[in-house]
Amino acid sequence: MSEHPQTLLTVTGLTRHFGRVVGCEDVGFDLWPGEVLGVVGESGSGKTTLLNCLSGILEPTAGTVSYTDRTGQVQDLYAISEPRRRFLMRTDWGMVHQNPRDGVRMRVSAGANIGERLMAVGARRYGDIRAEAGAWMERVEMDLDRMDDMPRTFSGGMLQRLQIARNLVSKPRLVFMDEPTGGLDVSVQARLLDLLRRLVTDLGLAAVVVTHDLAVVRLLAHRLAVMRRGRVVETGLTDQVLDDPQHPYTQLLVSSVLQT
Amino acid sequence: MASDPLIEVRGLVKSFTLHTQGGVVLPVLDGVDLSVEGGECVVLDGPSGSGKSTLLRSLYANYKPQGGSIRVRHRGTVVDLVSASPHRVLDVRKHTIGYVSQFLRAIPRVPALDVVAEPLRMLGVPAEAAAAKAAALLDRLRVPEPMRSLAPATFSGGEQQRVNIARSFVVDYPILLLDEPTAALDAENRATVVQIIREAIARGAAVVGIFHDAEVRDSVGDRIYRLTGYTAAA
Repeated sequence: MSEHPQTLLTVTGLTRHFGRVVGCEDVGFDLWPGEVLGVVGESGSGKTTLLNCLSGILEPTAGTVSYTDRTGQVQDLYAISEPRRRFLMRTDWGMVHQNPRDGVRMRVSAGANIGERLMAVGARRYGDIRAEAGAWMERVEMDLDRMDDMPRTFSGGMLQRLQIARNLVSKPRLVFMDEPTGGLDVSVQARLLDLLRRLVTDLGLAAVVVTHDLAVVRLLAHRLAVMRRGRVVETGLTDQVLDDPQHPYTQLLVSSVLQT
Repeated sequence: MASDPLIEVRGLVKSFTLHTQGGVVLPVLDGVDLSVEGGECVVLDGPSGSGKSTLLRSLYANYKPQGGSIRVRHRGTVVDLVSASPHRVLDVRKHTIGYVSQFLRAIPRVPALDVVAEPLRMLGVPAEAAAAKAAALLDRLRVPEPMRSLAPATFSGGEQQRVNIARSFVVDYPILLLDEPTAALDAENRATVVQIIREAIARGAAVVGIFHDAEVRDSVGDRIYRLTGYTAAA
C-alpha cells in the first residue's frame, strides 16, 4: 500500500548502440514521484547515454520509457509524436547539464533566462514574470541586483544556480541532472548540493542524477544504480549499495574513494 | 498481553564477500531468529565481531542479507525487508522504523534544527509544527538555542550525537533501532536519553539496541539477545 501506486517513469530494456559500440544495454527501473535515483559509474560506463535516452534527447535502439503525465495518462516517450514529446519536455521536465553553458542562454540576461521558461508555459504579464524570476534568484541564492547582467559575467557556481532556477521555475515534475556539481570548487559544490537537496524535498521533485561522485548520491539520491560498460550491475537503496555493496565492481568503486 | 510481534526475524543469513580481497567470505549471521513485540526493548549482546551491528543494520535494510526474512508490521500490513523493493523500504523507514547510528552523517550547511525536523517534514507536518517539536526535543537534550541554527558538522561528538538522537525520536516510530546511542554522552545527557527511550517503550515502541554502557542497558533493556558469532557457533 504505497502512497504513490503509480510510477512517474517506467523504463524497460532500454538499449542504445552506436554502430557496434554499446552506449547502454537493457536498462530498466521504476521511478516514483518525489524519488531521486542516482546513477554512478566511471567515465564511459554509459551514464550520459542513458540520461539522454531517458530525457527524450536520444532515441534508443530498443526499449521503452513510459511517463505518467499530470492527468494520469501514460505516455510512451518514443511512440508519441515529436511535438508532443517536446511539449512534455518543456512543461513537465527539467534538464540540468554539467556545463551550465549548455543549459543557459548566454546572450540574454539572468532574469530573461528564468522568465523565458515562464513564458514558454504561458505567463504573459511582464511584472509577474519579473517578480517570479526574482523570487527564484533568491531561492537559488543569487544577488537580485545581478538580474539584468549577462551570464558571461557570472562565475561557474552562479551559472549553475542560474541553470537550476531556469529549470525549476516552470515547476517540472521530473528533473534530469548530469554531474550537477562537476567542475565546481568543493565549497561551491557543498552549497549547491544543499540547495538541490532542499529544492527536491520542498517541491517533491523526482530526479535522475548522473554522477561519478559517490558523496553527491549519498546526499541526494534515495536509490542508486551502478553502471559498468553500459549495463546496470547493481541497484538498491543508496545507503545499502554504498555500505554493503554486492557486485565486485561496486565494491571496487566504493573502496576507491579517498578518505578525508 | 501477548500480541503479534512488530519485528519477526527468521533464519537470517548474512555474510560478506570481499571481491577486492580475493573473494574472501566472512560469514557473520547464520540462521538468526528474533521476535520483538511492541513495548519491549531487546538488547543485542555478544563479543566484538559477533554480528550485533550487522543484525541491527540488516533490520534497517542498510545491509542486505542473503537469506531468511525480516518481517515488520508497517501501516497495517507486514513487509519483509529482505525481499521488499527499495521503494517499499523507503516507505517503511519514513513511517515505521527510526534508526540512531553511532555517528551523525552531517549534511553540509543544514542547521541542526532542520536536521532534526526533517523526518517530520517528510511526513507532511507543517514547517512551524515540525520546528516546534524539534526545538522541544533539542531543549530536553540540552542543545542550546544559538547552536540550532548552525550546521552540526562543527559540533563536538556528544553534541552531534544528541542531534542524531533528536532526529530519530522526533517521530513516534513504532520501531526503534539504537546503535550505541549514549556512547559519546556525559552522565546528565545519558540519563535524559535513557528517559526518552523508556518513554518510547512505554508508548508501545519495539526497541532493539546495542548498549555497551551497563547502566543504560540495565535501565532500558527487558531482555538480552546474545549473539555468539558464526565461527563460535559452528
